Amino acid sequence: MSTRTPTAPALQTNKQGFTRWFKTKGWRHLIALAATAFSIFPLLYVLSAALNPTGTMAGASTLFTEFGLGNFEELFANQERPFGRWFVNTLVIGTITSVATVFLGALAAYAFSRMRFSGRRVGLLTLLLLQMFPQLLTVVAIFLLLNFIGDIIPALGLGSQLGLIMVYLGGALGVNTYLMYGFFNTVPVSLDESARIDGASHVQVFFKIIMPLVTPILAVVGLLVFISISSEFVIASVVLTDPDSQTLAVGLYSYVAQQRSENWGVFAAGAVLAAIPVMALFLFLQRYITSGLTAGGVKG
Amino acid sequence: MLHPMVEIEEKPSAAPVRPGRERPGKKGHGPDSLGGILAKIILLGITDAVAAFVLFQLVLSGEWLIFVISLATTLVINWIYLRRGGLPAKYLAPGVIFLMIFQVFVMIFSTYIAFTNYGDGHNSTKSDAIASIQLSASERVPDSPQFATSVLEKNGSYFLLVTTPEGEARLGGAETPLETVTPSTTGPTGAATGVDGYTTLDFTALLANQQAITTLTVPLSDNPEDGSLKTADGSTSYVYTPKLKFDAAADTFTDTTTGVVYSDGGRGSFVAEDGTALNTGWKVNVGLDNFVRAFTDQNLQGPLLKVIAWTFTFAILSVATTFALGLFLAITFNRADLKGQKIYRILMILPYAFPAFLSGLVWSGLLNPEFGFINNALLGGAAIPWLTDPVLAKISVLVVNLWLGYPYMFLVCTGALQSLPEEVDEAARMDGAGVFKIFTAIKLPLLLVSLAPLLISSFAFNFNNFNVIYMLTGGGPRFDGTTFDIGSTDILITMVYKIAFGTGAGRDYGLASALAIIIFLIVAAVSALSFKKTKALEDLN
Repeated sequence: MSTRTPTAPALQTNKQGFTRWFKTKGWRHLIALAATAFSIFPLLYVLSAALNPTGTMAGASTLFTEFGLGNFEELFANQERPFGRWFVNTLVIGTITSVATVFLGALAAYAFSRMRFSGRRVGLLTLLLLQMFPQLLTVVAIFLLLNFIGDIIPALGLGSQLGLIMVYLGGALGVNTYLMYGFFNTVPVSLDESARIDGASHVQVFFKIIMPLVTPILAVVGLLVFISISSEFVIASVVLTDPDSQTLAVGLYSYVAQQRSENWGVFAAGAVLAAIPVMALFLFLQRYITSGLTAGGVKG
Repeated sequence: MLHPMVEIEEKPSAAPVRPGRERPGKKGHGPDSLGGILAKIILLGITDAVAAFVLFQLVLSGEWLIFVISLATTLVINWIYLRRGGLPAKYLAPGVIFLMIFQVFVMIFSTYIAFTNYGDGHNSTKSDAIASIQLSASERVPDSPQFATSVLEKNGSYFLLVTTPEGEARLGGAETPLETVTPSTTGPTGAATGVDGYTTLDFTALLANQQAITTLTVPLSDNPEDGSLKTADGSTSYVYTPKLKFDAAADTFTDTTTGVVYSDGGRGSFVAEDGTALNTGWKVNVGLDNFVRAFTDQNLQGPLLKVIAWTFTFAILSVATTFALGLFLAITFNRADLKGQKIYRILMILPYAFPAFLSGLVWSGLLNPEFGFINNALLGGAAIPWLTDPVLAKISVLVVNLWLGYPYMFLVCTGALQSLPEEVDEAARMDGAGVFKIFTAIKLPLLLVSLAPLLISSFAFNFNNFNVIYMLTGGGPRFDGTTFDIGSTDILITMVYKIAFGTGAGRDYGLASALAIIIFLIVAAVSALSFKKTKALEDLN
C-alpha cells in the first residue's frame, strides 16, 4: 500500500512539507496511537484497580487517582483463597508439564526424524489430525475417567495435581512434536552418523549430539507449553476441587465468580501478579515467534 | 493462549524430509553403555512396580476388563523395551501411552457416555440406586424419640454423633452405619459432643454447611429397611423409615402411604403408571436419546439451535475482524522508515501476552453496566447494558475477542507481507497498477494462500474459545423459556461445560457428551472441507 515517495521530514517547517509528511507517515502514527491505546487501556485499568485502595469496581472507575497496596495485602492474607499456594501450584504444574512435554515430544521427534519405519507417515498424519480435537472437548470423559482412577489409586484421581499433569501430557505429542520434528530435520544426519561410527549408541546420539543442537526449539516449546498450561481453566477447574491445590486460573476465577464488583480490587491485584511472569516470558519469546515466521522458519 | 500460537512456526514441518540412514535392528550404532543398561533396568523396574500395584488394586475392586487391558499394556511395554531392535517404538512409547489414554481413549469414552443417561440421578448401578431410594425417600417415624446430636467432620465428610435417650453415644456417617463410641467430650446435659479424631462443628460452621448437613442421612444399620437418622438443625435428630418399600421379587417400589407402585421402566429409573419417575435412577444405555432430545425437546431445541448459529457467527466474525484489523495494521506499519515502530509493536501485542482467562474477567469489569469503567467514567454515568442485552452482549464479546486476537493476526500478516517478493510489486507498478489495485489483485491473493491454514486453525480455535465467553459474560444473558442455564452468548463448548458441571439444573454427562460429539463432527467437517478448498487454491496459483 505504501507509495514509495521519498519523504523528507526535515521539511516540516513549511506547511506543504507537513501535509506530505502526514500523507505518507503521519496518518500511520495516528493509527498506531489509536491501536496502542485500544491495546493497553484495559491493562492500565486493571493496574489502576489493583493499586486503588477502595477495592470495589465502582471505586476503580477513576484511573490512577489513589495509590495503596491494600489489595495486595488482602490478597495474601485471605486464608480461604490462598493466592500464594495458587501461584506455586501454577508454577509447579506448568513446569513439570512443560519439561515432560518437551522430553516426550523430543523422543518422538527423534524417532520420526531419524528412523524409517512402517507407519511413520501415518503416525505423523494422525498427530496432525488429533490436534484438531482439543482436550477440552472431552472434559466430561476426563472427569469421569479420573473419578474412576481415583477409586483405584487415590493419588491420581480427582483433586490430584499429578492426575491433572497426566491429563495434560495426553496432549504432549501433537503440535509440539511437529515443531520439534521440523527442527530436528535441520540437524545434518552426517553428525549422528559420524558419532555412530565412533561407537556411540542411539541413546548417546540422542542425548549428546541432537539434544544440545536443538536446545532453542526445546526452550521455545517448553515456554509455549508453560504459557498455555498456566491459562488453562476448563480441565483444571473440573479436576482441582480443593482451594489449596488449585491453579491461578481456577482460583482467581473463584474470586469473582459470585461477587464480581465487591472483590474487584483484590482480584485485580491477583491478576496483575499472575500476568507479569507470563507477559515477561511472552515478550522474551516474541523475538523467536516472529523471527520463525518472518524468516520462513525453514532453515534446512 | 488465545491461539495455538505454535502454528506460526508450522513451517519447519514442511522442510524437506531427509532420507534417514537408520535401519532399525541392524548394526547402525554402537552397543549400549553399562550406564544406559542400568538406567533402562531401573526405569522399567519402577514402571513394573507401579503397574503391579495398579493391577493388584484392580483385582481387589473386581474391575476385570480394565485389569486385562492394563496387564496387556504392561506386557507390551516390557516387550518393547526388552527385545532387541524395534528402536522407533522405544522412543515413541512414552508419549503414545499418554496420548492413547488422555486423548484417544477419552474421545471414545465421550462417545460411549453420549449414548447413556449418565448424570445426576443416574450415576451408579441399579442396586446402588435401590439402596439410595430406600434411604432418601423417607419420613419421620411418628412419635419416635429425639436424639441429642452433634455434627462432626473428618476428611471433608460429615458425621452425626447422637446420644440415645438411654444415654449411649453412637456415631455414624452417610457411608458408615451408626455404632457405639466413647465420647471424648460431653456437653452440659450429658450428651456426647466430641470424639477423638473428629472435629465438632460449631454454630458458624453448621450454618456454612447447612445444605450438606440437612441432607446427611445416617443409616441405623446395614439394612436400609431399619431406617435412618436425619437432623434439621444440627442439634437434634430423628429416626426416619423408608417411605418406599422395595419388593425384590417383583423389582418394584411401593409407596407405603399412597400405595402407588413404581416399576423398572427400562430407562434407568423406577416409573409409576402415570409416568412419574423416582428421582434416583441408575446408568443405562439410552441409544440416540440424548441426540434426539437435543433437537426435539422443547426446552432444549430452540436454545441449542440459537447456540449453534451463534457459535458459527462468533467463530467466523472473530476470524474476519481480527484478520481485517491485523492486516490493516500490518500494511500501515510495513515501512522500514517509520519511527517508533518497535515501541508501537510491543505495546500493541500486549493483549496477546496477557493471560486469556484474565482478559475476559478484566473486560467484564470495564463493561459492567453499573460499576464499569466505560459506563461510569468514559460515558459519564450512562447505563448501557453492555453485557446484559442480548445484542450488545454479542457485540461486546466480539470486541473483546478482537482485542485479544488482532495482535496475533498483526504479527502473522506482518511476517507474510515481508516475505512477499518485492519484484511482484515493482512489475505491477511498471504495468501501471495503482496501490489499491496491487493490493487487491496481487498481494491479498498471495497472502490468503499462505495464511489460509492459519485462518482455518484460528476458526477451529474460536469455535471452542471457552475462556473469552465464560469469563466475560458466562454465556448470559439467559434465554427465556428454558430451564437450562444457557444464554445469548453461549457457544457450544460453554454449553457443554455448563450442562455437565453447571450449578443450575442437575449435571447431565450424557447430554453434555452428545453435544461434544456434535462439536467433534462440525469441527472435523469444517476442517476437512476447508483444507480441501485451500489445496485447490494452492494448485491454482
